[in-house]
Amino acid sequence: MRFEILVLSFFMGLVTYIPRWLPLALLSKRNLPSWFKTWLDFIPVSILSALLLPALITSGEPRHLYIFRPELLVALPTFAIALKTRSLGLTVVAGMFFFWLAGRFF
Amino acid sequence: MMAEPPHKEEDLPAIVRDGAKAAWPICLGYFPIGLAFGVIASKAGLTPLEIGLMSLLVFAGSAQFIAVSMLTGGAGLIPIVMTTFVVNLRHLLMSSSLSVFLRDLGTWRMALYGYGITDESFAVNLTRFRDEEWDWRRALVVNHLSNAAWVGSTILGGYAGEFIPHGAFGIDYALIAMFLCLLVFQLRGALYWLIAALAGGLAVFISIILPGNLYIVMASVLAATIGVLIRRPSKAPEGSP
Repeated sequence: MRFEILVLSFFMGLVTYIPRWLPLALLSKRNLPSWFKTWLDFIPVSILSALLLPALITSGEPRHLYIFRPELLVALPTFAIALKTRSLGLTVVAGMFFFWLAGRFF
Repeated sequence: MMAEPPHKEEDLPAIVRDGAKAAWPICLGYFPIGLAFGVIASKAGLTPLEIGLMSLLVFAGSAQFIAVSMLTGGAGLIPIVMTTFVVNLRHLLMSSSLSVFLRDLGTWRMALYGYGITDESFAVNLTRFRDEEWDWRRALVVNHLSNAAWVGSTILGGYAGEFIPHGAFGIDYALIAMFLCLLVFQLRGALYWLIAALAGGLAVFISIILPGNLYIVMASVLAATIGVLIRRPSKAPEGSP
């Protein structure tokens, strides 16, 4: 164990922890205005979509559009299964299967 | 369906069982990414012990990948720590959303909860908090099982990652599939579809014009704000206390 890795990991951990903890500590004890609750209510759907869509249709660093890849193709039946079954486990297993299948053709 | 008991069974095995049922897709998804991180980190000269320590202290996949590649490039402490901070700022939004459901938690439990907030544990726990009987104990089980899977798979990758075949069983798609399903759970009406489309489109656009991963925070904040402006101001969101 090198000391500099320990120090680096500690500070990386610290700056990662603060934004994780601070809103919990500050917001959970007070009454939030209703527009802010509505805003918070829209955050999960926004984050999930903002994480997903670039992962499906962009690639590289710097990122560029890259539509025709297995990630997007496989997302279509996977999304349909999620809509139909609303089962997290089934969707994950089906997505993995489709991706494995797509890997044989791409 | 029983009308009463407002709480599920409170014995520890039941809590762990419920938590594990919710956490397994996350653990499955972390496994290949953790292995890959372990392999890359060990190629960058980190020992399995150092890898495990970093995973335990930081617990944030993308930031750890970036840190290791910066280390390889000869970057110093301050640039790596600052980059980590910016990459992980998105947790501010997740923690804010979760705070609505963790009002009764004491200071120390809250501090422990904060440690376990990742993109994945946030999305799984938030969905459950909103849709079913879920509580901080079960949510903490999800957080810590995910944490164990992350720390364990990165250490394993540090030892033996090169011997595990790449892309086996489509496992690399596990997290994307999980996010797809969690997104479906969030689509609770036309407005949510609209916000999802907005956030996704903005995220793609911003990710192309700006380097790094600020696009997640920027697109989410913009889309949620537009959503508030569109929605009638008097209506409170369903399902929030």
